[in-house]
Amino acid sequence: MIAHPFDYLTPKSLPEALLLLADPDAKALAGGMSLIPMMKLRLAAPAKLVDLRGVPGLTSISEESGRLKIGALATHFDIESSRLVRAKCPLLAMAAAHIGDVQVRNMGTIGGSIAHADPAADYPAALQALEATISIAGVGGTRAVSAAEFFVDTFTTAVGPGELVVEVSVPVEAAGTGTSYQKCLQPASGFAIVGVAARLQAVSGNISMARIGVTGLSGCSFRANGVEALLESGSDPQAAAAAIANGIDANSDIHASAEYRLHLARVYAAKAIRAALAAAR
Amino acid sequence: MMIAIMRRAIAVTINGKRHSNEVEPRLLLIHYLRDVLGLTGPHIGCETSICGACTVLVNGKAIKSCTMFAVQANGADVLTIEGLASDGNLHPIQNAFWEEHGAQCGYCTPGMIMASKQLLDRNASPTEEEIRHGLEGNLCRCTGYQHIVNAVKSAAAKMGA
Repeated sequence: MIAHPFDYLTPKSLPEALLLLADPDAKALAGGMSLIPMMKLRLAAPAKLVDLRGVPGLTSISEESGRLKIGALATHFDIESSRLVRAKCPLLAMAAAHIGDVQVRNMGTIGGSIAHADPAADYPAALQALEATISIAGVGGTRAVSAAEFFVDTFTTAVGPGELVVEVSVPVEAAGTGTSYQKCLQPASGFAIVGVAARLQAVSGNISMARIGVTGLSGCSFRANGVEALLESGSDPQAAAAAIANGIDANSDIHASAEYRLHLARVYAAKAIRAALAAAR
Repeated sequence: MMIAIMRRAIAVTINGKRHSNEVEPRLLLIHYLRDVLGLTGPHIGCETSICGACTVLVNGKAIKSCTMFAVQANGADVLTIEGLASDGNLHPIQNAFWEEHGAQCGYCTPGMIMASKQLLDRNASPTEEEIRHGLEGNLCRCTGYQHIVNAVKSAAAKMGA
């Protein structure tokens, strides 16, 4: 499978990259784990490919005033193996470790993955539950949007033409917070049929804060506000998890019918909530 | 309509030897290795970044060379299965695949061995579960994986000894 011909551009700074990306025929290349397969299948045929890997400063992972700042070019392997992320934001490390396989995690980046916004990707569930902030740069400057605003629809994000995801910011978890990501995977691709990220603050089993992020179930990742409210008002995990399917227009494909996906969502929500509760102790 | 695309000069160190070539940007690394340089050790299996037969190490990291353009490897250090043995002596992982019958038809073997190399570089004494997790990106349709897992265990023991 041979891609359509393209010009290969290697900017050495962010302003240079943004200038090149202002061309509507140009496409940003990070790890290429989604874009290159699409180009080989000729589902995508950009005339210019702007390889971001020569742009300095986009791979760092650091802690700054109660947040972890993850550069857009940090790979899934960088994130799953980072001591800082594992200690301070284990949910993000757990989601990263669930992506694809080791070869894909060596190349694929967090910025590329979320900008692609596959409805069955793993990060979105975690970023929704973490109430992450995503920094988007353009020639006019950089703006920050919440995960809830970022993920708009299937393969659609808040990133505008010529813009670039440059950083993901997630909270350093407070003591007493437990998190878990539970996923039913499609065995051939590794993508989530349903994935649920749970993030809870609890004291002796009483939940004071609940954040539930969901991926794979419908066209776009989302926060399960109904489940969160039930958990915060004292419902047991099973009963709260059952609400995850309320009002959801579930995906249906050869891997899982809508009805089965909704069932899986209830099951995996309960698993994630129980595991997060156990981790909060 | 034909689009004239500039070829790009790349220099890649492969198995310790520097190669300089002019390539089309769309040339995949696997085709550069096999068709331009004649290194046919890395195999083409699924061509869709699933099977792992084309796995090589780029700057020490296992990647699927069917899902990377050769131009992306400009300046990198690439290791293929051809670069593992030294002075006619098989690498301990190659030896272990031989001794433990880790190969049957052999199609997946070069990729499987390169993924195993990275696995052992990162974790010198992996558990069975860690071996299976580390080789998730490589498919074998003959062995049922057990002999491959045994080979990696055996190599780990020999390399640690």
